[in-house]
Amino acid sequence: MSVLVVAEHLRGQIRDVTRELVTAGRELGPVTVAVIGQDPGSLVDAANIDGVAEIVTVTIGAGEFENDAYQAAVEALIADRKPRVTLLGFTVNSMGYGPAAAVKLGLGFASDVHGIALEGDAVVATRSFYGSKVNAELEFPGADGVMLLLRPTVWAPAEGRGSASVSSLEVAAPASRARHRELVEASTSSDVDITQADFLLSIGRGIGDKENVEMFKELAEKMGATLSVSRPLVDAGWMPSSRQVGQSGKTVKPSVYLAFGISGAVQHLAGMKASGTIIAVNTDPEAAIFNVAQYGVKADLFDVAEELEKLY
Amino acid sequence: MKTVVCIKQVLQLGDEVEFTDDGLDVDPDYLDPALNEWDSFATEEALQLRERLGGEVVLVTCGSKASEAALRRCLAMGADRAIRIEGVARDPFSVARALAEVVSAENADLVLCGVQSSDAVQAATGTALAELLDLPCAAVVTKVDYDAGARTAVVDRELEGGLVDRVEIDTPAVLTIQTGINEPRYANLRAIKQAEQVEIDVRNAAGGGAPAYRVRKMFVPDRGEGAEMIDGSPAEIAARIASIVKERLV
Repeated sequence: MSVLVVAEHLRGQIRDVTRELVTAGRELGPVTVAVIGQDPGSLVDAANIDGVAEIVTVTIGAGEFENDAYQAAVEALIADRKPRVTLLGFTVNSMGYGPAAAVKLGLGFASDVHGIALEGDAVVATRSFYGSKVNAELEFPGADGVMLLLRPTVWAPAEGRGSASVSSLEVAAPASRARHRELVEASTSSDVDITQADFLLSIGRGIGDKENVEMFKELAEKMGATLSVSRPLVDAGWMPSSRQVGQSGKTVKPSVYLAFGISGAVQHLAGMKASGTIIAVNTDPEAAIFNVAQYGVKADLFDVAEELEKLY
Repeated sequence: MKTVVCIKQVLQLGDEVEFTDDGLDVDPDYLDPALNEWDSFATEEALQLRERLGGEVVLVTCGSKASEAALRRCLAMGADRAIRIEGVARDPFSVARALAEVVSAENADLVLCGVQSSDAVQAATGTALAELLDLPCAAVVTKVDYDAGARTAVVDRELEGGLVDRVEIDTPAVLTIQTGINEPRYANLRAIKQAEQVEIDVRNAAGGGAPAYRVRKMFVPDRGEGAEMIDGSPAEIAARIASIVKERLV
């Protein structure tokens, strides 16, 4: 089964997710890695990962990612190499063009995939629905090929140097209708660096009201923890984004991660599941965060927080 | 300025789950409907554009009559009219095809979708819709600076790690809107009552085209050992948490 992996890179560096895609891909068959960029040759060395049979470079005009250029390149690669499976990361860039290419080419498609199996010649993808509370197996009958966007941090990044052959593919550049202008750093006016903390007390939507932030701030201070938050609290403007844990915030790895009222959206879990010990307090016994926590508490957050405060 | 906002009534699963007899989906009795969170931000963004530039905000959804509740919530926020498309499968390509048919006839200046729906998390419908409409697309947008005269918009795309990709996009375009881009307004009681009276334009999907996938089995995942659950009174729980924290921080 031939596999096409589309490498993702930013500012001249191959991103980790690319190595994860190689790990997933090489279990299915010979892997071709596509490197699409202004100077793709400079990334060939980094893309030459153990298990990669071939690297194809596609030169485009844009210095960083652009939707139209990537879509045209991936469509040309699929037409030329006819892979059975095309693997992209479930990332912001892939979200911008992957489904477009797939619907246009009549490919089977699924995103946020966290399991792939082969049954004879058929691909079966596993992904979650309904707040990660159930899984589903998906099949793609009749499709010429399948495009899967894989959930980051599920497959281990492939290590080691490969011995891939290198070739290039000429792709006619479309006029870009969405032009990259600049990359802007997230605000660095941060009071604290949560990635350096050894003990994070993290709060989520379950705390209910803005007024309750103060109580947990005090509890964190007493316990000697640094306060971090999940995305909804940043969206609501209750806390600055510098405190946000998750895919669109910071990836953290403290010795202890104590979570109050965080249900555990996939994007949040990706940012904290490598923590040493995870303790989660939540009122919903089915909350997805209990899947990654070592210790779980199903109780009223405020009762537990109040009692905890008395101990410090 | 005409903006079309594509919304979805999502289904939320509570503490318990039972599956339908064919095992392909959750039994609807265990699912509670709600407006997809991302879509309230998309609707708010459209309303703010209308406040600045005038024009119209048109809602489109795919779903049964029950999903009109989601449309009415957005009507109560201030959208002008609403279209519901019947008989559409729930996978993102089937939804995108049904939407494309209706949206293309609207000749909108902008089409807004939520980044993803909370019950399926495919982040695919908006991007597939852009392809079917042959419009440019920007995904995961946290800021829209629309220039009606130039027929372009400068938008911020939120990459991983909080990095922002600033893009100039030709319009009409499809933008998928991220949460936090604005503060969705609350509808007042009067607006909610008025929205109940609005007639919703119901269409039938033409159908055709392959779905993105076919569900062959839905199941509760094996959680492995999962978390060790700490029971007891709040005081006992707190004591146990404190002792674990103390032990692990050494």
